[in-house]
Amino acid sequence: MSGTDDVTHIEEELPLQTLPLDAWHRDRGARMVGFAGYHMPIQYEGIMAEHGWTREHAGLFDVSHMGQLTFTGDGVDAALEHLLPSDIRGLKPFRQRYSMLLDDEGGILDDLMVSRLGDGAFDGADIYMVVNGATKYDDIGWMIEHLPDEVTMNHMDEQALLALQGPEAGAALASLIPETADLLFMQSGLFTWRGVSLWISRSGYTGEDGFEISLPGDDARLLADALCALPQVKPIGLGARDSLRLEAGLPLYGHDLTHAVSTIAADLGFAIQKRRREEGGFIGHARVMKELADGPGARRVGLRVEGRRPAREGAKIFAGSVEVGEVTSGGFAPTLGAPIAMGWVSTPYSAIDTALEIDVRGKRIAAVVAPMPFVPHRYRRKP
Amino acid sequence: MHMSRYFTDEHEWIDVEGDIATVGITDYAQEQLGDIVFVELPAEGTTFEKGDDAAVVESVKAASDVYAPISGEVVETNSALEDEPALVNSDAEEDGWFFKLRLTDASELEGLMNEAAYKKFVASL
Repeated sequence: MSGTDDVTHIEEELPLQTLPLDAWHRDRGARMVGFAGYHMPIQYEGIMAEHGWTREHAGLFDVSHMGQLTFTGDGVDAALEHLLPSDIRGLKPFRQRYSMLLDDEGGILDDLMVSRLGDGAFDGADIYMVVNGATKYDDIGWMIEHLPDEVTMNHMDEQALLALQGPEAGAALASLIPETADLLFMQSGLFTWRGVSLWISRSGYTGEDGFEISLPGDDARLLADALCALPQVKPIGLGARDSLRLEAGLPLYGHDLTHAVSTIAADLGFAIQKRRREEGGFIGHARVMKELADGPGARRVGLRVEGRRPAREGAKIFAGSVEVGEVTSGGFAPTLGAPIAMGWVSTPYSAIDTALEIDVRGKRIAAVVAPMPFVPHRYRRKP
Repeated sequence: MHMSRYFTDEHEWIDVEGDIATVGITDYAQEQLGDIVFVELPAEGTTFEKGDDAAVVESVKAASDVYAPISGEVVETNSALEDEPALVNSDAEEDGWFFKLRLTDASELEGLMNEAAYKKFVASL
């Protein structure tokens, strides 16, 4: 028996590093794999069980591999508006936005979350950014190259990041920190728990209500223990994180998004607010404007796959004998009990309900272009 | 009734009764694969040489090939796996069998492990 394609895409050129909760995961029976240069837990009791637990209760995810950056200095908004296509000037304190780094041709270098800080969090820095783990060093290099001297970027590589996700995440966190109950989706705040400073945003990458909690790595075990002592909370591995985000229709950098694809084709135009589209002034603007005017050649779509057999990354998509696209993420959706996929499809074949076929290891399997998310989002928004 | 059970270093088990061999993957293998959502089985009548691709196991996270551990002709497949692939997780070494082969070369069994040797092999991984 041999694994042929694994979602973890292990790349072990350099020795893997350990994250603050490494021993904590192993103590809980996690199976550890190499991911983004770190030893990380892929599962504890099993992906299906962990996936279901997160959809029904609350799951704790260690995402400390992600890059946590702060930006400080005169002109920080203007500098970041050059780097990011999103509205930074209009970003209020304690608010978070989804954005991305684009290259000169408008290709996506990374997708990220950007927030305006407040209450003196992170030594009084102005802006907080979370970027993908596998791309963080490239991102840092790119930004150093493009930031003016007045703006200081700090990579907080001793900082841990925990995500608490699921319909019971709000009640669970409020039982430790009652003030977090007031946060709405994409709002953040600075909280203190047992003397530890926590920067908490109400966000995540599962489609569920939940939080992302930034705290010093040395304190991560204390909080992880306290959260997992609650009846609603269990630790969840990377395997379920991937199946949850796929059901939620959320793209994964390095798979669904790469430097070869653009914001508009990726259906991420919502990250570029009206003023930014009109005024431009960010790297990659020309491509965005061209694709807004002419439409992109291909689009990121969701696919429902017939039968039970998953279509996985790399599988070619056909309309009759014509190859029209490629699967970029695919797997079995535990919530739906059926395989789903995300991929690129040539624009004429990208409309919802278009019947296509996917070549799964030499067999043609029927698939239909489907709206995303596959499982509805349940974020806590203003009532 | 006692059958001889053999194991391979690819984590397959083989029960041999007369010239018929029943093939499945081991409990260790299903544990490593995680939740199994689909099993592709060979057509009856297919002939395999030892080492040929014989089946595919799809777990939530990955697809894995199962090789023919010995040469033979497929005489039966486990149709229960079509509706309930999770049988491989719950009962890998009995009800979760994959296919039965009519052996063409029984001498190929000689190099395989018995249960004690396989346990030792797994412990060393």
